[in-house]
Amino acid sequence: MNLHEYQGKELLKSYGIEIQEGIVAESVEAAVTAYNKIAEETGTKFAVVKAQIHAGGRGKGGGVKVVKSTEDAEETAASILGMMLKTPQTPGGLEGEGKLVRKVLIAEDAYRPNFDECKEFYISILFDRGSRKNVIIYSTEGGMDIEAVAEETPDLVHKEFIDPTLGLQGYQLRKVAFNLGLSGLAFKNMTKFISNLYKAFLGSDSSMFEINPCIRTADDRIVAVDCKVALDENALYRHKDLAILRDTDEEDPTEVEAKSFGLNYVNLDGNVGCMVNGAGLAMATMDIIKLSGGEPANFLDVGGTADAERVEKAFRIILKDPEVKAILINIFGGIVRCDRVAQGVVDAYKNMGNINVPIIVRLQGTNADIAKTIIDESGLEVHSAILLQEAADLVKKVING
Amino acid sequence: MAVLVGKDSKIIVQGFTGKEGSFHAGQMIEYGTPVVGGVTPGKGGMTHLDRPVFDTVSEAVEKVGADTSIIFVPPAFAADAIMEAADAGIKVVICITEGIPVQDMVKVNAFLSDKNCRMVGPNCPGVMTPGEAKVGIMPGFIHNPGRIGIVSRSGTLTYEAVDQITKAGLGQSTCIGIGGDPIIGTTTQQAVQLLMEDPDTDAIVMIGEIGGSMEADAANWIKTHGTKPVVGFIAGQTAPKGRTMGHAGAIVGGAEDTAEAKMKIMAECGIHVVNSPAMIGETMIKALAKAGVVAG
Repeated sequence: MNLHEYQGKELLKSYGIEIQEGIVAESVEAAVTAYNKIAEETGTKFAVVKAQIHAGGRGKGGGVKVVKSTEDAEETAASILGMMLKTPQTPGGLEGEGKLVRKVLIAEDAYRPNFDECKEFYISILFDRGSRKNVIIYSTEGGMDIEAVAEETPDLVHKEFIDPTLGLQGYQLRKVAFNLGLSGLAFKNMTKFISNLYKAFLGSDSSMFEINPCIRTADDRIVAVDCKVALDENALYRHKDLAILRDTDEEDPTEVEAKSFGLNYVNLDGNVGCMVNGAGLAMATMDIIKLSGGEPANFLDVGGTADAERVEKAFRIILKDPEVKAILINIFGGIVRCDRVAQGVVDAYKNMGNINVPIIVRLQGTNADIAKTIIDESGLEVHSAILLQEAADLVKKVING
Repeated sequence: MAVLVGKDSKIIVQGFTGKEGSFHAGQMIEYGTPVVGGVTPGKGGMTHLDRPVFDTVSEAVEKVGADTSIIFVPPAFAADAIMEAADAGIKVVICITEGIPVQDMVKVNAFLSDKNCRMVGPNCPGVMTPGEAKVGIMPGFIHNPGRIGIVSRSGTLTYEAVDQITKAGLGQSTCIGIGGDPIIGTTTQQAVQLLMEDPDTDAIVMIGEIGGSMEADAANWIKTHGTKPVVGFIAGQTAPKGRTMGHAGAIVGGAEDTAEAKMKIMAECGIHVVNSPAMIGETMIKALAKAGVVAG
């Protein structure tokens, strides 16, 4: 689960980390009020209007702008709020349709008192699969696309792995601050910053923190100017305060609906829908669709219980996608009995009454033969198969027919 | 026995009296698995499914000589259950639980590093040695005792492979469901190594998926140390980058962990890679014939 920039910053602040302060606004009026308040508090006319969406590269799409007056703030907020913001990370990239901006963060000028004397850094913390440890990744090349930095100047990207039993040590904090070229007060503040950042990372059960840029100001403060936070979904049960920050507006509405039914669904661009029990088999089924000449329209794991109600919900989810021209149901019945799934399919089909696309049902495992008979004798426009290859052949036939 | 579990294992079930634990322990016992008891804190002294219930794993080790444990406890308590088992001297811990927080597993992984204990899973279907011990949630009847070892990150896709091997007239030595999480106790390479060294295994089916580098690591190991034919498949050829496909560990991060990249390196390392998951059984027959192994 991802947090918005303003939510992530609140989290950091609660761990004693200095952030670029700001006020979130959902209307132009609120944005103007926020700007005036910030201008008054900071004593400068500079502020930043930042689109709040779950995607990076917002600046590239025109979603982050510096403003210098109330009129400027009003005009800019009006242009960003409600825009379809395209960034390299929104669906389809810069050529895609973009994401609707519903909120802006009116943020203070964090680079004061002297912009030219500020230094930008890159800092992230994440769980590293290879080493099975948490790692701090940092660089003096802040404010840029870190993947490009890693590609062009790998020497400038440093990694500090953390021993899970001992935790982050003092020498590691110092190493980070030295490698970032800091000394004096800025050095001291950076060690505190990293220490608190790691506490926040563990304390929130995050899977990723990215602070880009993090700056050293002219007066040697260390400030998080931007912040991306991804939380571990499996740990949300012990972070109720963070779980409520979920913004479903930022997620695919069909995926949100599927989730509320306990279905694991990912929307894709293809023309053949699929309904499968188990994630591995679901991915393999998508591959079968592709090998048979189709393109998978979705990933959908119905889980362990595939009764009529669940099958019907899955049908409705898949059929929301107008591109779907056929549906392949692939269930390997172990604990779940195939005849019950077959009955579920038949009942759901009858209940819905308006399924106009061909359906291929492949049921294998417990009571597969009885299941095939139920499907074949239902009188419905449903093709049945037992072997996976038979299902693949049927997909090919249906697509070409 | 083949590897990890067999007729001589002394198996306990952690989370024995819960809904999931009860159901699957019942199925395991029905299959003939040597289940010697179970653990549910606070219910020690009871009898459940004709087996003794203990308060702690240590007590089960002491009183009934448990050496293997299967865990069905909910995600919030699973990491603790794994550590309890390892601390009590259990040699093989199989954790079925799905949805354990990553940071809990970071700790467990470090905890296990100096223990003489092998963990399989979490988020896995378990381990099956047909005809001897079903230590997991897999359907027993699709299996057939034989000489093909299976390693897989998935549940139902493992059953698919097992079924194809059985329908091809072959059988399985041990099927190891290693799990779909980012941190798992036994990697693809470690599981493959166990089966390579097992005198009761003639050939191996290795099923992977997108995300991580386990299959590439295993492939490189096989290239140097492999002595038996391996048939491989990677699920997720059509998965988009950056999306988690059901399993927490199934996510394409870069160019290295796509299905395509993994299949390429596996083929280069001498593995019989299938593009279609429907071809696993057929390809195994051919691989055995090519290696001159009489079908087992």
